[in-house]
Amino acid sequence: MKTKTPAIPYVVWMAVFVVVPLLLIVVYAFTNYDGKFTLENFTNLDVFLQVCGNSLYLAAVATAICLLIAYPFAYFLAQTGPTTRKVAMLFIMLPMWMNFLLRTYAWMSILENHGFLNQLLALVGIPPLHIINTDAAVILGMVYNFLPFMILPIFSVIEKLDRRYIEAAQDLGAGKLQVFRRVIFPLSVPGVISGIMMVFIPSISTFAISKLLGGGMSFLLGDLIEMQFLGSAYNPHLGSAISLMMLLLVIIAMLIMNRFGDGEEGAVMM
Amino acid sequence: MQNKNPVIAKVLNVLVFLFLYLPIAVLIVFSFNDSKSRTVWSGFSLHWYQELFQDEEILSAFSTTLTVSVLAALIATVLGTAAAIGFHSMKRRPRHLLLTINNIPMTNADIITGVSLMLLFVFTGNLLGFSLGFGTLLVAHITFNIPYVVLAVLPKLRQLNPNLGEAAMDLGATPWQAFWKVLMPELRPGILNGLLIAFTLSIDDFVISYFTAGSEVATLAMQIYAMTRKRISPEVNALSTILFITVLALLLIVNFREMHQTKQAEKRNKALQKDGVKGGAK
Repeated sequence: MKTKTPAIPYVVWMAVFVVVPLLLIVVYAFTNYDGKFTLENFTNLDVFLQVCGNSLYLAAVATAICLLIAYPFAYFLAQTGPTTRKVAMLFIMLPMWMNFLLRTYAWMSILENHGFLNQLLALVGIPPLHIINTDAAVILGMVYNFLPFMILPIFSVIEKLDRRYIEAAQDLGAGKLQVFRRVIFPLSVPGVISGIMMVFIPSISTFAISKLLGGGMSFLLGDLIEMQFLGSAYNPHLGSAISLMMLLLVIIAMLIMNRFGDGEEGAVMM
Repeated sequence: MQNKNPVIAKVLNVLVFLFLYLPIAVLIVFSFNDSKSRTVWSGFSLHWYQELFQDEEILSAFSTTLTVSVLAALIATVLGTAAAIGFHSMKRRPRHLLLTINNIPMTNADIITGVSLMLLFVFTGNLLGFSLGFGTLLVAHITFNIPYVVLAVLPKLRQLNPNLGEAAMDLGATPWQAFWKVLMPELRPGILNGLLIAFTLSIDDFVISYFTAGSEVATLAMQIYAMTRKRISPEVNALSTILFITVLALLLIVNFREMHQTKQAEKRNKALQKDGVKGGAK
């Protein structure tokens, strides 16, 4: 059954719908409305740099929080019995069946000035918190939406970890902490890296979350790009230039990840 | 290593699930609210469920979402499985290159995938005389689905005994028969897994649809996004609640059946072992 022919349709498909569109972004980024070559789209990047800084900051904080929650969660879950593990994984995936915009919208009801959280705080006698339309709300939205993408890869790496390594370390006299620090954690790094990618990239590029929970107060890279293509500031050439810069960020991140993963299939574990 | 977790671990894990399900609980509870408010409870009612089944816009967006997800998942599964089989028999270098390209839509930010496809569709649309619509939406969904199918099927191919196909053909099977009767059953779990992932991703997608569907067609997610500018109708809560409960029920049924089957198998094994011991003692 050695035959390469079945791959032909998909190779053509990839060329037309993956490679050509990315090349089009490059072409648009370096041309103007008349189709002439220009670097103009890259000279007005003041706004870009400002937005980029803000996006990177929020995405980095959200990714760090996700990692802090997901790692212990995945670690403890991996120690439970097979049935618990399976059911828990199902319940991690299940929220995906409820549209993410809708779930984010529900957070609005919770975080609003007269929302559930403040109603609850009022009952206990704590003064209301102002969370909605702040950076904190946007970060919360990111953590909420992308946490499963951090949990899944870390969990699948720890779950498949060869128990004999741990036993060997214990036999050689390592304490609990040492086993974790010198054996378990280093072996789980590929899962951590893949989780960081799967949270960080959607976080820097989101535009719906910032609109709903940030109320236009925090403006992210995704918002900036969306504005150029479907929004008020219609300019696909500038939009392509910004997309190209973001693509570079993604490529840098991918290269870093490839150094850690085993290359071919390190990327996604679902 | 089972169940030796400290209490703090259990507390943490429960908190994570509470965090994940809190907004979902809010959505479900308020789908039964009597008034339109999303923070004030004014009594139980099935009002929004009745309205839902008369709302043409939401129902048509929902049917668009289902149609595009089913079609995209099926087409992506066929193309992706074929591609995985082809990739598997390639030499290392070309396979590595193709798998790197295969990784692009998965690793890339959704918004860039969406925007780049939009440029392609608008550009070729102007040349060939078509505009954004259901067709472009479907192509976009297939494009971001295939990579996941490829990655779900490839590991199964690696586990496969390479001599299996040849053995079948030695015994007189045609290549086609060898494929369907010998390879397929081995690959099935990977293919089904790929299909499920593809379908789930399509249902949940908003960003790529938003850029590739144009203004004539709307998926449910796009409809919801349009509504967030003013206020989301509780009808959408009602629809999501129905969907959520359906999926939950399906998952539970499938899992209980699986668990039941494994238990039965274990019992049978134990019984067999006992018999074996007795037989040996005689």
